[in-house]
Amino acid sequence: MIYLRLIWAYLKIGIFGFGGGYAMLSLVEHSVVDPGWISETTFTDIVAISQMTPGPIGINSATYIGFVAPGQVSPELFSGPLWGLLGSILCTLAVVVPSYLLVLYSAHFIRRHRESGVIKAIFAGLRPVVVGLIASAAILLMNTANFNPNAITWQLWTNIGICAAAFLLVYFAIPLPGGRKIKLHPILVIIMAGLAGLLIYGF
Amino acid sequence: MESTLTQNNSAPLRQLFLSFFKIGAFTFGGGWAMISIIEREIVDKHHWIEREEFLDLLALAQSLPGILAVNIAVAVGDKLRGGKGSLMAALGTILPSFLIILAIAIFLTPEVIKGNRVVSAIFMGIRPAVVALIIAPVISSAKAAKLTLKTLWIPMLVALMVSINIGFISSPILYILLGGLGGWLYFKWSASRLHRKGGDR
Repeated sequence: MIYLRLIWAYLKIGIFGFGGGYAMLSLVEHSVVDPGWISETTFTDIVAISQMTPGPIGINSATYIGFVAPGQVSPELFSGPLWGLLGSILCTLAVVVPSYLLVLYSAHFIRRHRESGVIKAIFAGLRPVVVGLIASAAILLMNTANFNPNAITWQLWTNIGICAAAFLLVYFAIPLPGGRKIKLHPILVIIMAGLAGLLIYGF
Repeated sequence: MESTLTQNNSAPLRQLFLSFFKIGAFTFGGGWAMISIIEREIVDKHHWIEREEFLDLLALAQSLPGILAVNIAVAVGDKLRGGKGSLMAALGTILPSFLIILAIAIFLTPEVIKGNRVVSAIFMGIRPAVVALIIAPVISSAKAAKLTLKTLWIPMLVALMVSINIGFISSPILYILLGGLGGWLYFKWSASRLHRKGGDR
């Protein structure tokens, strides 16, 4: 039964997928391409779509594969959008529920022991590591796919400019004539960057 | 420090859902890119959580398996409004991408989006900006973690080791474990030193 196998695959992804996002990608690929639910090409398409739509790639792939896999594996039984919708919902829940429960349980455990010196010490040790992990995420994304996908020098410099401008706009407050200062919302900065991309590369 | 991971009841559930729906709808490039937007919504705008506590929730979310963005939402939602809050935050984060992907799966083929010049141009601009959205919280979280010259090597080493991306020694989990262990050992060590000095410090 394809639905049970999909749920099992996404439960495993939810339980063993550490590191988030692209770190989970090879696990997702093995779990859905190897059984023949979707082709390698469709998987690459899903990754490309995930990069162009908001939201975590784990959710995007669960929703998409849950939708298409039942119809592809047993077209005589499960073709039609309602069967697809069922698959989407089941896969998305399966990938989320294990870590949802784990986070909830751990948070409650920590809250119960929050006065313990050991817990405080562990978090004090974790904080500098988390700073380093955020930095590593930024460094890993400074790659050619994000800055110079077409290998054209002027595009590289333009993209470095967009990155620098976005940083300045998000991090520093802009002084207004009236003496007030405003900090732009990161969502607004993303929209502005999208518009800049459209104007620079769209014509 | 005192309030680490305690509960806070000032966030209305509806507002929590809406904030995370916004966060989910504008998170391109995975969980780390959410941090700037969550910080702005949760810490700066609504003042629901202190920046330092947010860092602790991030540590928790990163230590556990699963989708980072969802883990962060669950940890923040639970911190603010318990179980119901975690449900609202998780739903808010998941729904935008679920609905968008569903719409694409039903109405479009992947080729329509991939080959679309306008969409690719927009994303050529968004991708470098997403990197900037991750650089900004590096600095704000470094401040919140109260790093000193004596502890600055830790994030620098972690960033270097993880970003060279070679197998086991680049696994984030390894550094989470080492960080927790380091904090615990330091605690033991300073407690025993305190004990030996007869508690005069």
